[in-house]
Amino acid sequence: MHSLIALFNFEFFRNAFLAAFMASLTCGIIGTYIVSRRIVFISGGITHASFGGIGMGYYFGIDPILGAVGFGILSALGIELFTKKANLREDSAIAMLWSLGMAIGIIFIFITPGYAPNLMSYLFGNILTVSKNDLLFLLFLSVFIIGFFLIFYRMIIFVSFDEEFALTNNAPVRLFNSLLISLVALTIVLNIRVVGIILVMSLLTIPQAIANLFTKRFDVMIFYSIAFGFLGSVIGLAISYLYDIPSGAAIIFTLVVLYGLIKILFLLVRRANTATSPVRGDSVNKEEVYKPKAL
Amino acid sequence: MESLVEIRNLSAGYGQNIVLRAVNLTIQSSDFIGVIGPNGGGKTTLLKALLGLIPPMAGEINFEESMTGGSAHRIGYLPQINNIDRKFPVTVFDVVRSGLMSRKRLIGRYSSAENERSNGLMNEMGIFGIRHKAIGELSGGQIQRALLCRALVNEPRLLILDEPNTYVDNRFERELYEKLKFLNDKLAILLVSHDLGTISTYVKSYACVNGSLHYHSGNAVTPELLKSYECPIQIISHGDIPHTVLHKHIS
Repeated sequence: MHSLIALFNFEFFRNAFLAAFMASLTCGIIGTYIVSRRIVFISGGITHASFGGIGMGYYFGIDPILGAVGFGILSALGIELFTKKANLREDSAIAMLWSLGMAIGIIFIFITPGYAPNLMSYLFGNILTVSKNDLLFLLFLSVFIIGFFLIFYRMIIFVSFDEEFALTNNAPVRLFNSLLISLVALTIVLNIRVVGIILVMSLLTIPQAIANLFTKRFDVMIFYSIAFGFLGSVIGLAISYLYDIPSGAAIIFTLVVLYGLIKILFLLVRRANTATSPVRGDSVNKEEVYKPKAL
Repeated sequence: MESLVEIRNLSAGYGQNIVLRAVNLTIQSSDFIGVIGPNGGGKTTLLKALLGLIPPMAGEINFEESMTGGSAHRIGYLPQINNIDRKFPVTVFDVVRSGLMSRKRLIGRYSSAENERSNGLMNEMGIFGIRHKAIGELSGGQIQRALLCRALVNEPRLLILDEPNTYVDNRFERELYEKLKFLNDKLAILLVSHDLGTISTYVKSYACVNGSLHYHSGNAVTPELLKSYECPIQIISHGDIPHTVLHKHIS
C-alpha cells in the first residue's frame, strides 16, 4: 500500500490519476446519454471510424488525435444525416462507416514510410503515457460537457426521451441531436489515449450498467457512473502497475468484475428481502399525499 | 363554438407514396371526434400532418390564431405507448412537466405555478404518489396517465389521442373515456381507436380514414354507415352494450 501512495511522487502517475478522473467524468455523463438513448452501436461505429483519422495523422505528420477528432465528428454527423435523408438502414450505414474508417486508417499507416510509433497505444490505450496536451484536451472537454449538461439538461432529456413529442412542440430536435452526437464523438476520441479504440466503449457502458442497478433516473445515473468509472479506473491503474499489464485492459477487467460482484450482491439482498417479508415492500410503501399549495 | 382547425383538400404521405388524398375536415372547439379506419388507412398519417410532423403534399391545414405560435402550443398529443422507450431513465414528474417545454426558452426553468399545476393534474389522474418513480417502474395504465398529464399540462385547446386503449385494463379504459367526456367541455378531442364498440358511447362524431376521410356527424354506428364508407372495423365490446360485428369488406 505504501508503495502505491509513493507513486504520487511521480509525475506520470499523477497525470494518469488525473486522466482517470476526467475519463470517468466525461464518459460518465456522455455514456449515460448513449445508454439511455440506445446509441451504443452508433458510438461503436464512431469509435472505429476515428481510426481513419489516426492513420491520416501519421501519414501527414499531424497529431493523430486531431485527425481522429475530425474523423469522429464527421462520421457522427454523417450517420445522423445518412439515416435521416438517404433512406439507408441505420445499422447498415453504421457498419459501413465502422469498417471504412478502419480501412482508411490501415491504408494510411501502411503507406506511411517507416515505423508507426505508439500505434498500439491508440488501439489499446496507455493511461501511464498520457501527455500534458492530452490532459489539457480532456480538461476542456470536461468543462464543456459539464456546462452543456447543466445549462441544457431539460432540453436534452426532452429531445431524447420522446423525439416525436419534442418535434410537435417545436423543440430544436435536429440541432440538439447533432450537438450531442458531436460531443459523443469528442468524448470517444479524447478518451482513446486512456483506454484505446478497442476498449473505450466499455468505459461508456459498464459504469452505466452498474449505475442502473442503483437508480433509474438520468441525473442520479450520471453521478453513480462517474463514481464507479473512477473506482474501476483507479483499481485498474493499480493492478496495471503492480502486475505490469496494459492499463486499458486492467481497467475494463476491473469494471466488469465490479459489475458482476454488485449484481450478485443485489440478487442476494433481494432474496433475503423476499424471504423475510412475503408482501414485498408493503410496509415501506408510504405514498406521499397531494396537498395543494395556495398560490 | 368556433373552428380550431380547418383541413382543406389535404394530401399527405411519405416520399412518393401518397397515403391520404383530398381530406376535408373542420374541427370545432366542442368536437369529440372518433377517428376510425383499417390499419394502413392513413390514421397515423393524418395525425402526423395535423401535428406538423410531415408537411402537406397538397392542400392546407389552417389553425385558428390562438392554436399556434411558439410560446402557446395549444395541441395536446398522447402518442401510442409503443412510441415510448419505457427503459428511459426519467421520472413521472419530469415527463409530465416536459409538456410545458414549448413555453420555455432553451434554458427556462419551471415556475412554482407550473409545478403546482403538474402536481394537481397528477393528483387528478391518481399518479401523484408515484411522481418520483422512473417510468420503467410503472404499469402500462400508469404510463398512459403520465402521458395524458403531459398532454394536458399546457392547457391545450385540442387533444389528440393515438389509440390510448393499447395495453391498458378495462377499468382504466373506462375511467379514461369518462375523463375525456368531462374534458370535452373545455377542449376539442380527436381520438384514434380500433375499438368502435366502446368509444361509440362517448364520441360525438366519426371520421373514417381509409385513403381519404369520411366525416359522419352523430355517434350512431350502423352497418349501413360503415359499409357505405368501406370501413372494415374490428368491434370489441365490453359490458352489455348490444353490438354488431361486421364482415370484412372486399375492396
